[in-house]
Amino acid sequence: MLQAISLLMENTPGALMRVTGLITSRGYNIESLTVARTLDPQLSRMTIVVDVDPSLRKQVIKQMNRLINVLQATDMTEGPSVLRELCLMRVRATMEARTAVLKEAEIFGARVIDSSVDGFALEATGDSEKLDEFIDVMRSYGEIEVTRSGTVAVSLEARKLRLSSPVPTAASKNTNTGVVN
Amino acid sequence: MSQLMSGAQILLECLTREGVEVVFGYPGGVTLPLYDAMYDHDLRHVLVRHEENAVFAAQGYARSSGKVGVCCATSGPGATNLITGLVDAMMDSIPVVALTGQVSSKLIGTDAFQEADTFGITRPCTKHNYLVKDLADLPRILHEAFYIASTGRPGPVLVDIPKDVFQGQIHYVPVNSIHLPGYKLHSDGHAGQIRRAAHMMWEAKRPFIYAGGGIVNANASAELRELVDILDAPSVCTLMGLGSMPSSHPNFISMPGMHGSYAANMGMTHADLLIALGVRFDDRVTGRLAAFAPHAKVIHLDVDPAEIGKNRAVDLPIVGDAKKVLTKLNKVLAEIAPAESPANSESRKAWWKQIRAWKDEHPLEPRFSDTEIKPQHLMHEIDRISGGNAIVTSDVGQHQMWAAQLIKFNEPRLWINSGGLGSMGFGLPSAIGAQYANPDKLVFSISGDGGFQMSLPELATIVNYALPIKIIIMNNGYLGMVRQWQDLFYNNRLSSVTLDGFPDAEKLAAAYGFKGRTIEHPSELIPALKEAVAENGPYLLNIKVTPFENVYPMVPAGGAINEMVLGDPTPVAVK
Repeated sequence: MLQAISLLMENTPGALMRVTGLITSRGYNIESLTVARTLDPQLSRMTIVVDVDPSLRKQVIKQMNRLINVLQATDMTEGPSVLRELCLMRVRATMEARTAVLKEAEIFGARVIDSSVDGFALEATGDSEKLDEFIDVMRSYGEIEVTRSGTVAVSLEARKLRLSSPVPTAASKNTNTGVVN
Repeated sequence: MSQLMSGAQILLECLTREGVEVVFGYPGGVTLPLYDAMYDHDLRHVLVRHEENAVFAAQGYARSSGKVGVCCATSGPGATNLITGLVDAMMDSIPVVALTGQVSSKLIGTDAFQEADTFGITRPCTKHNYLVKDLADLPRILHEAFYIASTGRPGPVLVDIPKDVFQGQIHYVPVNSIHLPGYKLHSDGHAGQIRRAAHMMWEAKRPFIYAGGGIVNANASAELRELVDILDAPSVCTLMGLGSMPSSHPNFISMPGMHGSYAANMGMTHADLLIALGVRFDDRVTGRLAAFAPHAKVIHLDVDPAEIGKNRAVDLPIVGDAKKVLTKLNKVLAEIAPAESPANSESRKAWWKQIRAWKDEHPLEPRFSDTEIKPQHLMHEIDRISGGNAIVTSDVGQHQMWAAQLIKFNEPRLWINSGGLGSMGFGLPSAIGAQYANPDKLVFSISGDGGFQMSLPELATIVNYALPIKIIIMNNGYLGMVRQWQDLFYNNRLSSVTLDGFPDAEKLAAAYGFKGRTIEHPSELIPALKEAVAENGPYLLNIKVTPFENVYPMVPAGGAINEMVLGDPTPVAVK
């Protein structure tokens, strides 16, 4: 079963590599990964979807929390959360099929973002299973091209964020180096 | 008031402010500006002969002193040569700051001469790493590196610095404060958990203390001893924790695990409460995990929450600094002792009786021969001459296990070896760092003939800096531990383990300008060791020991730790 892990992390080079490294170093595949900055541009929110056994997932999340660039790693499979994915699709639709394609799109809540004589470009959001179904249905109308965003997640309960405070450096204590005062 | 300084000068200034006395390193193209700045600076630089040994030496310095060890290498091959030592420091949680040069910022990614993606390569080898893109960030990054390396669960931190950052000039302003919001330190321990732990400890009928490297890192040996004395529980120290209990302490049993003593492993197996302090339930300690300490509830104290429950489910976790937590725990234990302790005095007595019986049944004892020097005999004599007070460094393998079994340590930070990673060639360079940190201490570097030949170039370093290290080679002519496994588990089909062509030790030492000799008769052992110790400078003592000697007790791979092989199952084959 796929599980989502949500991370609040510093928006800094290398942070992504540190997080994904914890999963790939164990030989596990990342099913999907999204990352974008938050309201605070110095931070990013990442959602990783993986398929690992629960005890390993717990361990990996602890190790993610140990990373200096990670402010908080949360297991979204525990506790209420909403998971959504975006799908962009180009559908080739013959003149006869155009109405049917639009009807199906409407059923799945997809929006038409472009229309040409060859077909449509559609945009759909939903949970991953719903998008799977949408893609299956559209396939029956002919050739399609699909790009999926990967899952983004938000927890439905507030979580306390524990952050460390600034600390004085050795530079502030050892000042008599004779170079700079 | 600020002052215009180069990146190289700022780096040296920050190291000075961090209290760094010595850097172990090797220069190269992109670190030229740094080495040029060192020319005018008081910081001591020890020129090793291979970068891997720079990080091993930094580790020896850190492990023996508790301070951060610093090493330095150039870009490309210099940086890649550090990898083994960084992983080694990571596995054993040793505070090291590694400084590497990188090609100039604008050349990064162009396959420039001596370019390697050091930042990418060392990501899984370090606790944290940095690539300095802007000189203005350098002082902050350096102070963060030292802070991260030395706090929480210590570990190696690498700072990769492009050549143009060394060369750039900037008005240096000391960085007085750093902020790492995501660096979560857990130090105090949960008061309720500590209280519950204290009750569990008094209630246990067969408590057993299992202490490791975390006690050494937290400088919590005194607190550990206090705990042992209050509880009067039998105690073991892991390979990484040896010395945190004095070997002479009546409650100390030995090292547990694959080559631990019978009493240590039986004690773990039969305990009803395992008090695990700064340990990580390593497979070399636990053997087959499913059969490890099957009757015990487990209290696990560790500074790293990711260690809790990693290998063994825990009944009572305490996340915190061992020194702080044990101080509080000892207080609580003493407070509740009058009410709790008499209830269990009978079962505790029976437990000790059983432990002593196991100890007497199969004690860890040296072996002797009239004609050959037994490796155990060698370790026994080193133990006698050191009196528990010498620093002993080792590589990995048979000599390491015999040394850990038979050499006693009165204090922590005396036994320095590559535990988790098991790196050959660790002993000699780490002795360099240890001797630097402890100029007045007697330092033995013990290696096998295999590991010694991996670190041989450092003989020149030892001579250059006049380090009076006593270099002991336990020479059995084989890669002993691999040979032992081939003997026991591969039908004695000895494949690529014979180390012929070992050089004449006396001539080898003489070629470097110091004394050395080879001995092979038991009668020579004590005089030779005495001569080595009496020598003012370094001494190379090559000791030919019984070639076919196996380390026992032994828990075969995948076995439970109470299923020990106590001696050779079949007569040892002679070629």
